[in-house]
Amino acid sequence: MTSTITPDTSASVAISVEEQQFNDLIEADSRIEPRDWMPEGYRKALVRQISQHAHSEIIGMQPESNWITRAPSLKRKAILMAKVQDEAGHGLYLYSAAQTLGATRDDMTDALIAGKARYSSIFNYPTPSWADMGSIGWLVDGAAICNQVPLCRASYGPYGRAMVRICKEESFHQRQGFEILLELMQGTDEQRQMAQDSVDRWYWPALMMFGPPDDDSPNSAQSMAWKIKRHSNDELRQRFVNMLVPQAAVLGITLPDPDLHFNEETQQWDLGVIDWTEFHEVLAGRGPNNAQRLQRRRDAHDEGKWVREAAAAYARKQSARTEEMVAS
Amino acid sequence: MTTPGDSAAEIWPLWEVFVRSNRGLSHVHVGSLHAPDETLAVRNARDLYTRRSEGVSVWVVPAAAITTSDPDAKGAFFESPAGKNYRHASYYSKSEGVKHL
Repeated sequence: MTSTITPDTSASVAISVEEQQFNDLIEADSRIEPRDWMPEGYRKALVRQISQHAHSEIIGMQPESNWITRAPSLKRKAILMAKVQDEAGHGLYLYSAAQTLGATRDDMTDALIAGKARYSSIFNYPTPSWADMGSIGWLVDGAAICNQVPLCRASYGPYGRAMVRICKEESFHQRQGFEILLELMQGTDEQRQMAQDSVDRWYWPALMMFGPPDDDSPNSAQSMAWKIKRHSNDELRQRFVNMLVPQAAVLGITLPDPDLHFNEETQQWDLGVIDWTEFHEVLAGRGPNNAQRLQRRRDAHDEGKWVREAAAAYARKQSARTEEMVAS
Repeated sequence: MTTPGDSAAEIWPLWEVFVRSNRGLSHVHVGSLHAPDETLAVRNARDLYTRRSEGVSVWVVPAAAITTSDPDAKGAFFESPAGKNYRHASYYSKSEGVKHL
């Protein structure tokens, strides 16, 4: 049968010159830049991921800004303000990166306040104690760094460049959180209890930040083929836990996982079972603070409307005046 | 051709930001932002891109004012370097061993 030895060329015939160029750039570990041709799926996947990431930074300001007026010292207050300001900045870097793909800022903002866009479910948990500022820095920002360092090499140029800036700033966030917990752990029994209670509440949600397990993560394979993502969810989660265990020992804090043990064979820390029902509940909008976070974002947007409009009106008036002066 | 992301649908226009990190160095593109006018664009650029003394000078340029080469015409627009290595000093090997050349 001659047909069996004829090479199947149907796949290669379908590839355009532009697509071949795109594939070659990805293959060569080069970067895709805004004006390059890219598959629609690649563009969509990036807009989804980058805008979700931006929304997470913006919503992520809320659980901490709650504590700015209640920080225990002027030093802690200044640190917390700098950190929340960084998060606003990170959101803006990322929105700009998404805009290079043709998404508009107004559309992304509208999707967020309409409740149509997702953001990291971690920010739907409450922050009832000061120790939570420590846990957010150590665990939440720690997990974020673990996720984000490989994203500095993402195949889309503007995203990678934004991540480089963000990662530099995140390491301050993680260290200040660790320091808050360390100071509490060196304090009174009540302070130690407050720190432990906070870590008990944040540990599992922080592990869920890496996303569902690999066999239940529909977008991962394509994202890795496009070199947007460089490591799987489970791989990054494992890496994070391996780093946390010795850090917890320095703090003298117990990680709330009775099944956590060192596996001599793999030289890794094996963790217990994650409650993915909780993850999906929070993601579906049924977490402890989803409604409150969105409402606050919506209110802030509405209350800032007159400022945006006034600034635009002033700019129009100024440029009209300049034109008049040039004309006369 | 307009810059991607610079859309008429946005209430404030988009600006590209360039920062000179130190005297003696060029301004380098660091990112973009929205602002209603050039005065606020400079102030927003300072707050957004120089929170840790990353710069001594900032430029902002309306994104719509930037003209770029067409990436689709890459082959034709940028001259092929093939066969033109005589433009580089390393092409001239006969003077090897001669000092100060």
